[in-house]
Amino acid sequence: MAYSDKVIDHYENPRNVGSFDKADTSIGTGMVGAPACGDVMKLQIKVGADGRIEDARFKTYGCGSAIASSSLVTEWVKGKTLEQAASIKNTQIAQELSLPPVKIHCSILAEDAIKAAVADYQKKQGLEAAAAAPAQEKKVA
Amino acid sequence: MRLPIYLDYSATTPVDPRVAQKMIPFLTEFFGNPASRSHAFGWRAEEAVEEAREHVAALINADPKEIVWTSGATEGNNLAIKGAAQFYKTKGRHIITQRTEHKAVLDTFRELERQGFEATYLEVQENGLVDLEKFKAAIRPDTILASIMMVNNEVGVIQPVWEIAEICKQKGIIFHCDAVQGGGRLEIDMQKFRADLLTITAHKMYGPKGIGALYIRRKPRVRLEAQIHGGGHERGFRSGTLATHQIVGFGEAARLAKLEMATDNERIRALRDRLWQEVSQIEEVYLNGSMEKRIPHNLNVSFNFVEGESLIMAVKDIAVSSGSACTSASLEPSYVLRALGRNDELAHSSIRITLGRFTTVEEVDYAAQLIKQKVAKLRELSPLWEMYKEGIDLNSVQWAAH
Repeated sequence: MAYSDKVIDHYENPRNVGSFDKADTSIGTGMVGAPACGDVMKLQIKVGADGRIEDARFKTYGCGSAIASSSLVTEWVKGKTLEQAASIKNTQIAQELSLPPVKIHCSILAEDAIKAAVADYQKKQGLEAAAAAPAQEKKVA
Repeated sequence: MRLPIYLDYSATTPVDPRVAQKMIPFLTEFFGNPASRSHAFGWRAEEAVEEAREHVAALINADPKEIVWTSGATEGNNLAIKGAAQFYKTKGRHIITQRTEHKAVLDTFRELERQGFEATYLEVQENGLVDLEKFKAAIRPDTILASIMMVNNEVGVIQPVWEIAEICKQKGIIFHCDAVQGGGRLEIDMQKFRADLLTITAHKMYGPKGIGALYIRRKPRVRLEAQIHGGGHERGFRSGTLATHQIVGFGEAARLAKLEMATDNERIRALRDRLWQEVSQIEEVYLNGSMEKRIPHNLNVSFNFVEGESLIMAVKDIAVSSGSACTSASLEPSYVLRALGRNDELAHSSIRITLGRFTTVEEVDYAAQLIKQKVAKLRELSPLWEMYKEGIDLNSVQWAAH
C-alpha cells in the first residue's frame, strides 16, 4: 500500500491517543463505525468555558488511514469552536493526507466522528444540536 | 540479522544456492532444446531433463514416466482437473472439492460448472479439516472426479487425503490432490498414496518459479485431455519447449528435499513451537486451524481487537501474509478463515507466519518480540480493546454499519 508520508507519520506517531472520562460534562464523545467493517473511531473533545475545544483524544480500530485520519482531526479541532469543528469536511482530511481512493471512507468516518462528538457534548449541555448530528452517533449499551 | 525477515515460505521459497549453481550452465553452456534429436546440444539438454525427472519422481516414489512438466501449480491443477473431467465426462458430470482449496482449484471448478459440470464444494470443520463422512455422503453415482489439497496454504492443516484416495479408488472416482504445500515438506509415497493425479511445484521447495510437475498415474492408467496443444511434448499431455534450466533446478531441489526433509522439518518445527510459545502468551490470540494435523512450518494466528491492515503495517520488519485483503481494493477477509468459522474481525486480523530452511532462532525471537510489542501498541489505540477491558460485550453494541 503506497501511503503518503503524512499517513505513515500519523500512524507511527499518533497524536493525542487516549480517553477522557465519558461522564464529564465538558467532554463530548463520538464513536462511529463498526468492527465488522474494519473501522471504529472514538473521538473525544474537551470543551472550555469559552466554548472552544481545548483538547481532544482518540482511539481507533482500523487501517493506517483510519488511524491517521483520526489522529489528524484531534490536532485540527483544538482551538476551534464547535461550529468550526463540525464544519471540517472529509475532503480536507483526504487532501491533507493524500488518501488513495479506496481509503476515502476513512476521512468520511473522521468527519462523522467530529460531528458525533460535538452532538454528544451539546446534548449533555442540554442544547439541541446546532450542528447536524449524524445518524452514526452511538450509545454503548 | 537483516531486516525485513522473510517469514513467508508458503508464498514462495528462495532458490537454494546449490540449486542456482546447478541451473546456470543450462542457461549459457548447455542451452540446447531437449527436443532437438539431431545434435549434441539437444542430447545434453534431454539428458539433464530426464535426470531431473528421476529426482522429482524419486521424491514422491513414482515412476519417472508418471511425471509431466508444467509451468507451475496453477497449470498443473488446471491440466489435472479440466483434463480428467473432460476425458471422463461421458461417465458422469459431477465433481467434488472443498471450500478452502487454492483459487487455482476453485476457479477451475467454476469454469467446469460453466461448461456444464455439477460441482459440490464441501464445508470444512472448525479445525480446517474435511469430514470423511461428509465426503462419502457427497459422492453420487455420476461423480467422476474429486480434488482435495494435501496441505492448506493459509492455515497449514493436513487434509486426510490418504483416506480420501482410498474412498475414491473403491468408488472408481479419479482423485486429484493439490500437494503444492506438501511437496518437499511431507513424505509422499505414490506406491502407498492412491491419488491418481498430484500437483507439485518447484518454488515451494527451494527451486525456481515457473516450473511444476503433474504426477499422472500409469497403473491403473489415468487419461487426461490435453489443455495446451502444439508439438506433442510430454507424451502429448503438455506441448511446449521444455525449460531445461528450470527443470534442472526443480530436479536438484527435489533431490535436496528428499535428503534433507527430515532434519529440516525437525528444526523448523522446533522454531515454530518456540514462536508459538511466545505469541500464545498474548491475550485474546487465536490459532487458526488444527495444531495436531498441521505442517511443521506454519503458524496462523488472529489477534482480537486489532485491525488486520494496521497489524501488517506495524510488523513490516517481518515479511508475513495477512488474512485481510484490505490492502487490495477489496475489503473481503480470507475465505479460508471464514470457512473455518472465524468472524470477519478475526479473519481480518490474522497473520500467517511460515518458516523455512533458512530461518534462524534469532529471526524467530525477533519476530515474537515485534509481534508482542506491536499488538500491545495497536491495542492501546483500539477503542474495542478498551471496551473489552471495561467488560463490555461488543456483540451487544448497536454498531452502525457503513
